Formats: sequence, structure tokens, C-alpha cells
Amino acid sequence: MKEVTYLEAIKEAMDEEMSRDPSVFVLGEDVGVYGGAFRATEGFYEKYGEWRVLDTPLSESGFTGAAIGAALVGMRPIVEMQFADFISCAFDQLVNVAAKNHYRWGAATPIVVRAPYGGNIHGGAYHSQCIEGFFFNVPGLKIVAPSTAYDAKGLLKAAIRDNDPVIYCEHKYLYRRIKDSIPEEDYIVPIGKARIALEGKDISIITYGAMVHTALEAAQALNEYGVSCEIVDLRTILPLDKKSIFTTVKKTNKVLVLHEQTKTGGVGAEVSALISEYCFDHLDGPIIRVAAPDTPVPYSAQMEEAFIPQPKNVISAVEKLMRY
Amino acid sequence: MDIKREDLLQLYYYLKLTRRLEDRVTSLYHQGKILGGAWTSNGTEAVSVGYGYALEKNDIAAPYFRDMGAFLVRGISAKRIMAQYLGKKTGVTGGKEGNVHIGDLNFGVFAFPSHLADNYPVGTGAALAFKMRGEKRVVAACTGDGGTSRGDFHEGMNFAAVRKLPIVFICNNNQYAYTTPLRLQMAIKDVAERALAYGIPSKIVDGNNIVEVYTAAKEAYEIARNGGGPTFIECKTMRMHGHSEHDSAKYVPKELLEEWKKKDPISNMEKYLLENTIDGKDELEGIDSRVKKEIEEAEAFAEESPYPTPEDGLKGVYATPGEEM
Ligand SMILES: Cc1ncc(C[n+]2csc(CCOP(=O)(O)OP(=O)(O)O)c2C)c(N)n1
Repeated sequence: MKEVTYLEAIKEAMDEEMSRDPSVFVLGEDVGVYGGAFRATEGFYEKYGEWRVLDTPLSESGFTGAAIGAALVGMRPIVEMQFADFISCAFDQLVNVAAKNHYRWGAATPIVVRAPYGGNIHGGAYHSQCIEGFFFNVPGLKIVAPSTAYDAKGLLKAAIRDNDPVIYCEHKYLYRRIKDSIPEEDYIVPIGKARIALEGKDISIITYGAMVHTALEAAQALNEYGVSCEIVDLRTILPLDKKSIFTTVKKTNKVLVLHEQTKTGGVGAEVSALISEYCFDHLDGPIIRVAAPDTPVPYSAQMEEAFIPQPKNVISAVEKLMRY
Repeated sequence: MDIKREDLLQLYYYLKLTRRLEDRVTSLYHQGKILGGAWTSNGTEAVSVGYGYALEKNDIAAPYFRDMGAFLVRGISAKRIMAQYLGKKTGVTGGKEGNVHIGDLNFGVFAFPSHLADNYPVGTGAALAFKMRGEKRVVAACTGDGGTSRGDFHEGMNFAAVRKLPIVFICNNNQYAYTTPLRLQMAIKDVAERALAYGIPSKIVDGNNIVEVYTAAKEAYEIARNGGGPTFIECKTMRMHGHSEHDSAKYVPKELLEEWKKKDPISNMEKYLLENTIDGKDELEGIDSRVKKEIEEAEAFAEESPYPTPEDGLKGVYATPGEEM
């Protein structure tokens, strides 16, 4: 076992996959000589050369489209978005080309798009967004969002080996703030499987990404009041692990869905709808969503803190739900 | 460049096959047998037959929707294409996609995504892979004149130019994008000027002269294959039907159509062959009857083929589906 940060885990996953498989390569803005805006590919250029660590023009649609084309002829490209926010420029290539290739004409498109996302870093409206919701409604895409260093590595490896286009949401706030012990040997975390981040019996908090840590903090406080929370870390957002969701609902009968993305039409809306559709008889109260308000991400610390769900928001929502 | 007699006759055969197949599709459309619309390359067939035929077997075509010739030349059969139009299970995409949204990796053809010029970056990526792996393969990516206004046209070309990739960009400049004439599409005279901005050498050819298109493409592929980077080829031609068969194209001046009618690519080629290659019309007629028969067989095959089931429509979203999907 060894200790790595979330960012180191991401880096290791790419490094090991690139060593293992010559068809894996990285492309994006400033990923080469500089090693990427967040240094996820630091040292790769020296190790793998300019044709496997490609600095591209500032051109998200262009290089995402190019990744798709390379994938169609046998490569496994990893696209780095400098910030997830800029993925909007590649929306068409992802939604209309990558996502539909296999359904339309049977051609697999094994690309991974790494999307450094999320707030709490004072990045403002264009460097803090959660983008999973933009793509959540697109059949043909897969979306993952690890919350731990262990999962960051295992999910990225799984994504690289997967034959479908995967949007890999890596939370910028977690990069250097969390660490895990991970095995020395190769491992993957399968796409499509949630995990129980905390076992509990009174209420289920279903969440993912950085909010798993928010939920854990809230759960610790609630435990002192005798409320036992079960935290489900979705890990994969598309396709949702319905089995794990339904299992926890049947166990606790009370559900809170938590995410950093804005509320309307977010992942929480779908999770809630699924539960009320398939587990209505198991519910002891309404499904409550705790999510960011429907505004762009504000810059100023006071406003940003209010925008991003905090443990206290989770605690008061749980208290409300426990009264049922 | 010397073109072998056999290749010249094949070019003629594919021109005819493309024209007859699309004419038949047009008739079927008017009989209400085609699902959705019917877009044809009528009058511009020399572009896609020419650039498609100049490719080698292991190369890739990243076409757009007026490239029926390229599909046929690459080896996708008239039968499967006809079945595609009728929405049959035996169609190229098994009924998942319609009409000209055809792609098949077994024949080195990327499917056309409706969003025009999307295949410029996608084709560029295949060329990138070839260069990374040291393979001597090239890509031909094509779009219409309207498509050249999109960002992906520019982003794809720029990336390919910077990395000197083995790709040739082709434009079927048929002077209209649906109803929009070229002068409202761009403030320059030749589309080729757009390529110059990326440092890509360009060539303007008579898109109704298949020998010219084929020769220009062949030369550009050889440059690309040998590390010389991309070329842009603008094929000047004229769309002789409406945008699709529902469109009477009243907005196109009659004189313009009259003028281009005289330059029909198939009559052009017949004249060329009679002057340079063959002794009499017999050989051409022989080819034509072969084509007619092929189209009749294709139609019969398509008609007799089964339809996909509703359940088929739920399959194939993912290459590696999880248990939940
Ligand atoms: C991005 C995009 N916008 C709109 C359309 C709808 N559309 C289909 S074909 C067409 C005109 C295309 O013109 P051009 O690129 O010149 O090709 P041509 O039809 O003349 O061969 C339009 C507007 C589309 N397919 N893609």
C-alpha cells in the first residue's frame, strides 16, 4: 500500500495505462511541456514524447473530434479539458458524434474526457461549474465522478479500458486535499457500481464527488444526536447503479439526495424520480434534495460558500426528514 | 498523370452507378417509399467518385451527405444502401440510421454525422493515429461549401496543419447551402482561401471533370502519405436538384442551371472516353446495362429484406453495456 493524493492517483492511472498500452495517449491544451494546468501529466512529455502527449491548439471541438477519429481507428485517447467548463465547446462532438457512433453504425468510440470540475476554489462562473448535468441526458455517454483517491485511480483505469466514451469528472477541490492508501498492484473500480461510503440505518444520503466528504462531515455530527446516516457514493452517474440506490432506500426508508450541481434537472431529480417510481412503498417521507441554487457559480467567498451545499445544510435537511 | 484504361472505365461505372442509384431513390421517394428525405448528389457525382476512387484500400473516407459515390467506390454495396433507404434490417446501419448517414469501418468509411463539417476534426484524428503509428495511410474528409463556415471545419484543418497530418480536405462547392448562395456564406470568392489561412496548400478543380478531381486527389494523397501534410481541394460544381427532393429549388436562377447542364459530369466523361480511351459506344452501353441490372437487384433485395423489430431499436447504445442498461 502507498499514500497518494487524488491528483497523484489520476496521474498514476494515466501513466500506468500509457505504459501498458501503446494505443493510450493524452491530448489537450498545455498538457505536454508544461504538464497540464493542474500538473496531471507532469513528466509525461519527457517519458512518452510529443506524439503521445500532444499539446493541441486552443480548440476543444477540434481536439475532441480528433480524439474520436483516432479512437475509431484503434487508439484510446484521453482528452484533457483544461477546465470542465470549456467542454461546452466540444458539446457537439461528444453528444452527436461520440455518443451516437455505436448506436448509429456500430462503431465503438473508446475515449475518455477528463473534466476538472466543481467549485469551492473561487473560480467564478467559468472555472467552477459542475458539467455532469449537461451530459446526463445523453444515451451513449458514460459519466463517472470519483470522490476518493482510490476510486480516482480505479475509475480512470476502467474508463480508459472501456469501449465507450466516458466523461471523467475530477473534482478540482479534492486534487491535493485528500489522500488514500492504495494498493501497489493494478486494480480497477468498475463503471456502473456505487459504493457505501458509510453504513447507517436511519436515513440514506445519496451523493457523489466532493459532496461525499460534505455528507461524511454532516453524518459525524448527526451521529452525536443519535441519527445514523448511510452514505451512498454513486461513483458512476451515467448509468446510475439503480440496484444500490434501491437497496439503501429499502433499508432506511428515508432519502436525501445531495449534489453540488444546481438543483433543477440535476442528477438528484432523476434519482428522486427513480425512487418514487420504483420504491414508493418503502418511503417514510418525501425525498429531499440538497443542491446548489439555480444560479451561475458566484465568485466572492461569501456567495460561493452559500452556493455550495455545506454540512449544515445537510444537517438541517436530515433533521427535517427525521421528523417524518 | 496517366490513368489506366481500366481505372477510367471504373470511374465511369461508378459515376453511372451513383447517378442511377440516386435517380431510383428519387423515384421511390416520390412513390412515398423512402422514409424521411432524399438527398442526392445529382450533378456533383464526380466529386465523391473521384476522391473516393483515388484512395487506397486501407485509407479512410470521412464523407458528408452528398458523397454517395464514395460509399459505393469504397465497396459498400448498392443492395445495402437501397435497404438503408427503405429502413430495412439489411441496410448499412440496420435501420438505425437513414438515407445518407452511412458508415462502415470494414470499408474504411466513417459515418456522416448530420452536423456539417464534424468529420473534419474526426478525420483529422484518424490521420493523427496513422502518423503516430507510422502507418502510410491517408484520410479524405469532405464537406459542402456551407459546412465550411462552421467552427469544426476550421478547427479540424488547423489541427491537421499544425501537426502536418496525412489528410486531404475536400469541399464540394455546389454553390448553394440549402437555399443560401455562396455570396451569403462567405465574403471571399473561393472557398480555397479559407485553407490558406491555416498554411494548407489548396487546389481548385473543375468538380464536373472526374479526371481532374481524381488526379488532384491522387496527387494530394501521395503528398500526405509521404509526410507532406494536408492539402485542400475545392471542387467547383453545381447542385442540379433541390437541396433534397422536397425542394423545387426555385431560388436558383434558371440560367445558372442551364449553363451547368452543359457540363454534366457523366456526359463529360463519356466524351472524354470516346475521344481518348474507347472505340465506340458499345463498351459504355455494356457498362450501363450492368449498372441497371445492379440497381434492379439492389431494389429487389431491399424490398424483400425484413424490417428491424421495435426491440432492435433498444440495442447497441453502448459497446460495453453494463447490467443495468
Ligand atoms: C451544423 C448544421 N446546421 C444545419 C444543418 C441543416 N442542413 C443540412 S444540409 C444544409 C446545407 C448544406 O450546405 P452545403 O454544406 O453547402 O452542402 P450542400 O448541401 O450544398 O451539398 C443544412 C443547412 C446541418 N446539417 N448541420
